[in-house]
Amino acid sequence: MSDLMKVSSNPHVRSRVTTSNIMLAVVIALLPAAGFGIYNFGLDALILILITVASCVLTELIYEKAMKKKVTIGDFSAVVTGLLLALNLPSTAPWWIGVIGGVFAILVVKMLFGGLGQNFMNPALGARCFLLISYTSIMCNFECDAYTGATPLASLKAGESVNLLDMVIGRTGGTIGETSMIAIVLGACLLILLGIIDLRIPGSYIVTFVLFLILFGGHGFDPAFITAHLAGGGLMLGAFFMATDYVTRPVTKRGQYLYGVVLGLLTGIFRIFGPSAEGVSYAIILGNLLVPLIEKITMPKAFGKGGERA
Amino acid sequence: MAKLTFTGGIHPYDGKDLSKDKPIKDVLPKGDLVYPLSQHIGAPAQPIVKKGDKVLTGQKIAEAGGFVSAPIYATVSGTVKAIEPRRVVTGDNVMSIVIENDGKYEEVEWQEPIELETLSREEKIDRIKEAGIVGMGGAGFPTAVKLSPKEPDKIEYVIVNCAECEPYLTSDYRKMLEEPEKLIGGLKVSLSLFENARGILAVEDNKPDCIAKLKRLTRDENKITVKALKTKYPQGSERQLIYAATGRAIHSGMLPADAGCVVNNVDTVIAIYDAVINGKPLMYRIVTVTGDAIADPCNFRVRIGTNYHELVEEAGGFKQPPVKIISGGPMMGFGIFDLDVPATKTSSALLCLTKDEVSAMEPSACINCGKCVEVCPGRVVPRKLADYAEHYEEEAFVKNNGMECCECGCCSYVCPAKRPLTQVIKSMRKMQLAKKKK
Repeated sequence: MSDLMKVSSNPHVRSRVTTSNIMLAVVIALLPAAGFGIYNFGLDALILILITVASCVLTELIYEKAMKKKVTIGDFSAVVTGLLLALNLPSTAPWWIGVIGGVFAILVVKMLFGGLGQNFMNPALGARCFLLISYTSIMCNFECDAYTGATPLASLKAGESVNLLDMVIGRTGGTIGETSMIAIVLGACLLILLGIIDLRIPGSYIVTFVLFLILFGGHGFDPAFITAHLAGGGLMLGAFFMATDYVTRPVTKRGQYLYGVVLGLLTGIFRIFGPSAEGVSYAIILGNLLVPLIEKITMPKAFGKGGERA
Repeated sequence: MAKLTFTGGIHPYDGKDLSKDKPIKDVLPKGDLVYPLSQHIGAPAQPIVKKGDKVLTGQKIAEAGGFVSAPIYATVSGTVKAIEPRRVVTGDNVMSIVIENDGKYEEVEWQEPIELETLSREEKIDRIKEAGIVGMGGAGFPTAVKLSPKEPDKIEYVIVNCAECEPYLTSDYRKMLEEPEKLIGGLKVSLSLFENARGILAVEDNKPDCIAKLKRLTRDENKITVKALKTKYPQGSERQLIYAATGRAIHSGMLPADAGCVVNNVDTVIAIYDAVINGKPLMYRIVTVTGDAIADPCNFRVRIGTNYHELVEEAGGFKQPPVKIISGGPMMGFGIFDLDVPATKTSSALLCLTKDEVSAMEPSACINCGKCVEVCPGRVVPRKLADYAEHYEEEAFVKNNGMECCECGCCSYVCPAKRPLTQVIKSMRKMQLAKKKK
């Protein structure tokens, strides 16, 4: 017993959940959507996904090597970013779009602000919006072998009729990962079951958006119209996988409800009154910017000061 | 109204199976016994013996050093070898009385057991004070002070903390099974101090045998109820326990008495019984010696002052080399670097682990997952408090309820980034408390 024991402050035990476990679970949860995207859009989609993920991971690796920082690609967060970004690209986008997007997401939005946990905006969405503004025609080109014509959401905006069943299953044009409501919800269920995300944000987001549609959508309570809006565009992917991004959503419980409401309102405004059919990406990055404010006004009450019944 | 639980909390691996079926065993110390003069919250005790004095088992060796303080008694017979600083579990050197054990265990003459009814309220409190009883759950607050609130009439509940929510610990469990009569006796003594109070035995529902036994024994006691609380750490934390048992919530600036409650732990209540009825001072406590490094995990009745080395030997020594040794449980205990420290009034366990989960996992960046917020029983935002603490933003720390943290460790436990949240928050709290004192 001459060796001294290790000491540390309490507690002396730790749960087995780690950052990389969580990120890996998110990657797995995104696979149904990615898989459907590949099935729907073909090999182009697979190649674009691989290129985007690789550029994200490599950007993080090279940046950290160059800056002599600890290499953190093992936490899989760059993979999540790459995958999310790829799922938000049209399958017709050229390979360099994936590269530029990946580099922008990781280098500008994430690493320059301090790396994992420090970015104020979702890297994948930041990059998508950057690409949308810079390469609008490429990013909005949904004409591929399988689908021609406008996305269902654009048709809806133009007042044309849409096939609801195709929209829910995902047999429509759009970005690689956004089309299939079923695949996205399947992945989201996995994350909910694992306790990685909960329904606070997606729930309040979707409910608010639906209420907004009923009030201002011009169709009143029209289930078909509402379903089309829910299944169309990036709403499902955004609500379950990007609005719930830990780093860029409020950490307080009440703040999460409020954040969901804000996102629902913004999405509604953008989709109904905006010039474009889609609005989820902009709604979420705008919401990201409001997070510090939302957290500040929703700090919980402590136990014994009214917070015990939370 | 009782809630039987609280919001937040965690379910760590509880490890209680290692020692829960081992009956309490007496340990006779062989080497010197060390009695730190500060084994409690408040002023250190003042020694009333000097080097070379002969002492008997049960003889008072140090007097309470103030109102909030407690006397200390010899737990063996022998000679005072020294009064000098000795290392205690926290790693500090504390002035201590060292007694060389003569191995005879000669005892002082004990008083005859007395009937509760013959004692006045003051006499009862006096006996508890004289016996040197302090909160044996870990805090070490002098019990006599706790039992003397400003308005005793306003105390409505006397709660016995039988939760034992800390993983690995089985000492309260064994006491409840082996000495339930004394436990109930001690509760009756406490109840006799508060006219308007009802007694609650608050047990976590992972101990159904204790619940059944206590229920059977209190069948005819109309002032005592047994409450089965949901098993969750930190159910035994005082404020969470009061909330679960009575539905009343107090913040860190309040005392249990402000909610009409007095809370004592199992060992303390039994010590109250022994002091008031049998006139015996606090000399023993139950220590669970356990962990995957220990050959034969046990529950020991330990004479206060016994060296931890001897407890490990009694438990068959190490079957595997320990990497981490903790005095107390894994959630709130102290990591100790060396076994050469004495068991004190607040030592609940000696936990020897072959793995150190803390050093095995390197802290990484916070990803803001919010798990710490989910589990925090204090309903604060540990992630933010830790940030404020690390950046010395004292005002923001206090404003965002930093002082409401009970240091239970749930946030560090769940953190996927393995950040030492509890540690940084705790350090900042200590700084703030020290400032307040000035």
